[in-house]
Amino acid sequence: MSGWKQFTAHLRKEFLLEWRSRDAINGMLFFSLLIAVVFSLAFDPTAAASRAIAGGIIWIAVLFGIVIALNQAWLRETRHNVLDAIRLAPAEPALLFLAKAVANFVFVTALELISTPVFVIFYNLHPLGESWKLLLLLPLATWALIVNGTFFAALSLRTRNRELLLPLILFPLSIPALLGAVQATTAILTGTDSPDLWMKMLLAYDVIYTVAGLLLFETVLSAE
Amino acid sequence: MKKLFYPWLALTIALAIYGFMQAWFIAPTEATMGNIQRIFYYHFAAGNLLCLFFFANFVASIGYLIVRRSNPTRAQKFDAFALANAEMGTVFCATVLVQGPLWARPVWGIWWTWDERLTSTLVLFLIYVAYLMVRRFAVAGQTQTLAAVLAIFGFLDVPIVYMSIRWWRTQHPAPVIFGGPNSGLDPRIWTAAFWNLGAWLAWGILLVGVRYYGLGREQARQQRQAAATREPAWEAAR
Repeated sequence: MSGWKQFTAHLRKEFLLEWRSRDAINGMLFFSLLIAVVFSLAFDPTAAASRAIAGGIIWIAVLFGIVIALNQAWLRETRHNVLDAIRLAPAEPALLFLAKAVANFVFVTALELISTPVFVIFYNLHPLGESWKLLLLLPLATWALIVNGTFFAALSLRTRNRELLLPLILFPLSIPALLGAVQATTAILTGTDSPDLWMKMLLAYDVIYTVAGLLLFETVLSAE
Repeated sequence: MKKLFYPWLALTIALAIYGFMQAWFIAPTEATMGNIQRIFYYHFAAGNLLCLFFFANFVASIGYLIVRRSNPTRAQKFDAFALANAEMGTVFCATVLVQGPLWARPVWGIWWTWDERLTSTLVLFLIYVAYLMVRRFAVAGQTQTLAAVLAIFGFLDVPIVYMSIRWWRTQHPAPVIFGGPNSGLDPRIWTAAFWNLGAWLAWGILLVGVRYYGLGREQARQQRQAAATREPAWEAAR
């Protein structure tokens, strides 16, 4: 099978499984809604304060949502020893990683498209900067968190305390990505700075970790 | 290797004593900060050495991944070396994070500020604590490979962390500006700083050596155990 066919086969499987159960999407959606409500109650911000803190809260909600979704993502493969079957198959492991990351990227983007308007309503957001740049920023920052998250979820799959370990690895390593995402979002919302530098940094981060993930995934998958 | 222990220990103690004398009696008292500045001799040493030991961890992790199939014996050595260096680097990192506030409180008037160097060091500390956590949580047999991969990911992150936090703080300048060790310092300050660097380097190498030796024995013990009880262990792992 050609590389493209392998990739689309994995991708199709991911979407089909998610469509049948809708576990990841529903879990993430409800969770980010809860974050929006809880933070709004806890801080009770004014309109100006909302603009300053909303960027941080949105990305924290996304990061927690990603952890929830990714803990489930690889767990499916361990039932009925699917992962061992995949390892035996004459297919490129890096493509499985790429398909898993792309599928989760789509799920999380869907989450953002639904939950961002909720945040806008709850926090009375009215962006003062160039809001069209959010459309560029969202995929860049989401991919940065997803590509690392998918990799580390695979890494922590066969460890004790799996659910605990993923955030323990993912949070420290994605601090630069989170910082970039929050700073760029805040810059767009308040309109005081330009988000361009942060978006370039996120792009570099995406490239570096996508390459590292593709190169090292086979090592993690067949770690014995 | 074992024969080296006592001579090296003696060298470390001698260097530590000489460095201590340099730092406390020979180097002049700093004009504005007073004696509190003397913590710099230890801070400088630990701050530089943590980079060295984390770099050694990175190199050893790559070495492990390269030879883990072709030469398992050497791979085990690389892994032991990587772990010993990561632990030593984390110790130095923690030291720096404790010394910094102790100095900053009387000089800056605050314990902590989100300055670029402070924040980068803290993030570095968090990354390597996560690395040590993975080593603890992973299932036996996979620990080494997973840890080596994570070490590479962690080290790749270091320049990104440093640059991003630098930009973050350039946009919003830190409340307190630190003059830093600028030129025109008394040369005795540098002499004391470098003797202490040497002393703590010797100490770090000593501890890494002891830990490496101990890990080697631990690996050998586990292999003997595994060989003795191969079948039941395989059943238990399922």
